[in-house]
Amino acid sequence: MKADGSTYLSLAGFFAVLSLFAIGGGNSAVPEMHRYAVDVQHWLTDQQFGDTFALAQLTPGPNLIIVALIGYHVAGVLGAVVTISAMCGPSCVFAFFIGSAAERFRGMVWHNVLSRALIPVTLGLTASSAAVIATTADYNWIAAAITLATALTAYFMRVHPLWAFAVAALLGACGLI
Amino acid sequence: MTSPPIPGSTATPAANPSPSPAAAPQPVRPTLAELFIAFATISLSGFGGVLAWSRRMMVEERKWLTPEQFNETYALCAFLPGGNIINFSVIFGLRIRGAAGSAVAVAGLMGPPVLLVMFVGAIYAHYGDVPALRRMLTGVAAAAVGLLVATVAKMAQPLFRSSTITAPLISLATFISIGIVHWPLPLVLMVIVPVSIAVAWARL
Repeated sequence: MKADGSTYLSLAGFFAVLSLFAIGGGNSAVPEMHRYAVDVQHWLTDQQFGDTFALAQLTPGPNLIIVALIGYHVAGVLGAVVTISAMCGPSCVFAFFIGSAAERFRGMVWHNVLSRALIPVTLGLTASSAAVIATTADYNWIAAAITLATALTAYFMRVHPLWAFAVAALLGACGLI
Repeated sequence: MTSPPIPGSTATPAANPSPSPAAAPQPVRPTLAELFIAFATISLSGFGGVLAWSRRMMVEERKWLTPEQFNETYALCAFLPGGNIINFSVIFGLRIRGAAGSAVAVAGLMGPPVLLVMFVGAIYAHYGDVPALRRMLTGVAAAAVGLLVATVAKMAQPLFRSSTITAPLISLATFISIGIVHWPLPLVLMVIVPVSIAVAWARL
């Protein structure tokens, strides 16, 4: 894809704003990334977005590195650097100042209120991520069975996620998906 | 010199050590290079979230934080915007070595995986259309959806066990507006978060 100045500007602007709205960690912001990158900008197709999410899961590191992958897809190495910097910059500066002041805030009522208020929202956002990724993936009944089996295994047992990914990838490689 | 105060240390600055027995061995103060290597290692050993790895290294192996300090710092980071572990690196680095510590910790955490992910992106750009690769990635995405579903189920348990209906309603409203209707996140949060805060405040 050809990238010009306005592409970098859109990447930087969008992810800088998203940085401050990504509550509950990287996965909560996935639906918004999909809305903007696929539906608004048409930078990626649904299938490519699902692939990008899968690749980010397979790469070690914080979940948020998916944004570097999106940036790379849109505008190469510079796109990846611009995107990840925009996604981390504002929230890191915010964390820095809160961290400097945290001793003063600790134990205050709002800490308790805020954490209780954000948990149900984070829950809704995580469920949204699952729904959005599920709609991008080309589901047949075996893919649906993988989702169900992984959900049950992860809920009832302590299994490393790489095992689930390895089995799922193997089934895909065998042409079952 | 004693260690500087670390977030979540049970009460007070180092000048007035906490009486808690858990805090008795003073946490070790790492250098900038050690910070960078620690966060790079955490980052590269963590697939699908790095919390478990950061806890193991910070608390069990290097003893830079007591379990209580780790929990409190992490609780603070969990409700700041942005990646939880990224915020953790910012605040931990800050407490240990000031602004330079923050920068080094974030660089250690993000630098290696970003380089790695660009390499992955380059491979995908070349081979992304190969049907077998596509099917493998679809399988991985399907498994990742399963992991998210399990996370949701675990988070929902305590929420739905309480007698009030408001928290589940807030979750449901968030899910419908973001996951189904696909409204923009900032707009939805600017409505739902104040409502959720008001509800939490009223139930104090």
